[in-house]
Amino acid sequence: MGPFYHIGSYIYMLKALFVRPERISMYWKETFRQMVDIGVGSLLIVAIISFFIGAVSTVQFAYNLQDSLIPMMYVGYVVKESMILEFAPTISCLILAGKVGSNISSELGSMRLSEQIDALEIMGVYTKAYLIGPKILAAITMIPLLVIISAAIGIYGGMIAGILSGYVLRTDYIQGVLSFFDAFGVFVMLLKSVTFGFLLTSISCYQGYNAYGGALEIGKASTRAVVISSIMVLFADYILAWILL
Amino acid sequence: MIEISNIHKSFGKQQVLKGIDSVFHKGKTNLIIGKSGSGKTVLIKCIVGLLRPEQGSVKYDGQEFLTMTVNEKKEIRKQIGMLFQGNALFDSMTVEENIRFPLDMFTKQSMSEKVDRVNEVLAKVQLKDTNHKFPSEISGGMQKRVGIARAIVLNPKYLFCDEPNSGLDPKTAMLIDDLIREITQEYNITTVINTHDMNSVVRIGDNILYLYQGEKNWQGDNEQLFYTDNQDLTDFIFASEFLQEAKEFRLQNWKNRKA
Repeated sequence: MGPFYHIGSYIYMLKALFVRPERISMYWKETFRQMVDIGVGSLLIVAIISFFIGAVSTVQFAYNLQDSLIPMMYVGYVVKESMILEFAPTISCLILAGKVGSNISSELGSMRLSEQIDALEIMGVYTKAYLIGPKILAAITMIPLLVIISAAIGIYGGMIAGILSGYVLRTDYIQGVLSFFDAFGVFVMLLKSVTFGFLLTSISCYQGYNAYGGALEIGKASTRAVVISSIMVLFADYILAWILL
Repeated sequence: MIEISNIHKSFGKQQVLKGIDSVFHKGKTNLIIGKSGSGKTVLIKCIVGLLRPEQGSVKYDGQEFLTMTVNEKKEIRKQIGMLFQGNALFDSMTVEENIRFPLDMFTKQSMSEKVDRVNEVLAKVQLKDTNHKFPSEISGGMQKRVGIARAIVLNPKYLFCDEPNSGLDPKTAMLIDDLIREITQEYNITTVINTHDMNSVVRIGDNILYLYQGEKNWQGDNEQLFYTDNQDLTDFIFASEFLQEAKEFRLQNWKNRKA
C-alpha cells in the first residue's frame, strides 16, 4: 500500500476521533492517565537533555565570542533565544518522538495483537476515539508544559556551564537572558510544541493501531512511528519557521 | 436467534467463506467446527462485525446487522459478549477493573452497584477473591473465566466464544464448557462457539455447523454427529485412533440397544 493510502487512512483516523463519547468520565480518566505517562514520565529525560543542550550552547557561544568586542552578556541572550525558538521545542519533541512515540505505538500494537482492541470494538466502544483521542489530548496539553520546563532548565544549564567554565559571569548571563524579551518567541515555541506533540502522538497512534501480524510487526511499527514522527517534526519545524519568522 | 445467509468473504484472491447459511438458536450452544484454515474465525468475525463480508446477511433476532448505521451496530454490540481465544483482558487493569469496564462505560450505576455486579459474575464463574489481581497473576483457566465474566456482566443476549478451550488442560476445558452451557441455559442467550475441541463438541454441541474449505458441509447435533455418513466430517471428528474406537464402541452400544 502506497503513501496515499496511508495519508487517507491517517486522515480517516483523525476524523473518527470526533464522536460523542459513550461516557465522558471514562475518556477523562484515560486522558489523565496519559497525561501522567507522557508528562511526568518524560520530565526527567527532557530535563537532563535540556540542561546539557543549554550548557553546550553557552560554552560554544562563549568560546566564539571570547576574543571579540561583543559583550559576554550576549551569551545569555543567544542561549535564551535559541532555547526558546529552536532547542526546547524541537529537540525535546525529537526526544519525545523516540520515547513517547515508541511507547504509544508498541502499547497500541500489542493491544491490537492480543485482541484487546477487538474486545473494545465488540463491547461497542469507539476504539479510535477512546484509545487515540486521550493520547493526543494529553500530548498537546503536556508537551507544551514540558517544553516550557525544557527552555527554563536549558537557560539555567547554560548559566551553570558559563560560571563553571569561567567564560561568563553570572550577572552578565542573567542580564543577557533578561534583555530584549520578545513574547512572540514564546508564542512560536508554544505553537511548535503543540504542533509537534500532535504530530508525534497521532503518527505513533496510527502506526500502533494498524499493526497486524506478530511481535516482529510491533517492533517495525515502533520504528516506523519514531522515524516518521521525527521527520514530520523537522518538516513542520521548517514550515512554521518559514511562515512565522 | 442469529441467522446468517450466503456469507462470502475473501482476502485478496483467496476466498475464505463461500456462501455460508446457518441459524444459531437461542438457549442453545451453537458450535462452529472445522479444520484450521476452514474459515471458523473469519465467520465469527463476520457475524460480530469485526470483518465485513462482501456478500450475505447477518440477522440478530430478525434485524439485519450488516446494513445498520454505526450507532445502530453499537446498540446491537452492547448486547453481545465475546470471549476471545487469547482472553483479550486489559493487562493494565485488575480482574475487577476488567469486568467492571463495560459497566463503567455503558451504565450509570453507582460504584457499589457495579462492584456488587462484578462479585456476582465472579461468583458465577467460581472466581471469588481475585478482584485485585492482575491478569498476569492468575492462571490461563482463571483468565478464561474472567473473560467469560466480563462477557456476561452486561447480561448479553448473544455470547460468542472463540476457541474457549485453547491452551487449557482437559479438566479445566470441561469446566469452561460446563460454565458456558450453564450460562447459556440460565440466561437463555444465543451462544456461538468456535472450536475444534472434540470433547466440547460431544459434551455441549446442541447445534453444530461443520465448515470444510470455506463451505458449510454439515449441520446437526452431537447425537447425529456419531451416525453421520459424511466422510469429510467423519475424517475430521475421528482423526485419532482413540476417538475412532470410541465411535465404534458407541455404534456397537446403539446397535445392541436396537436389537
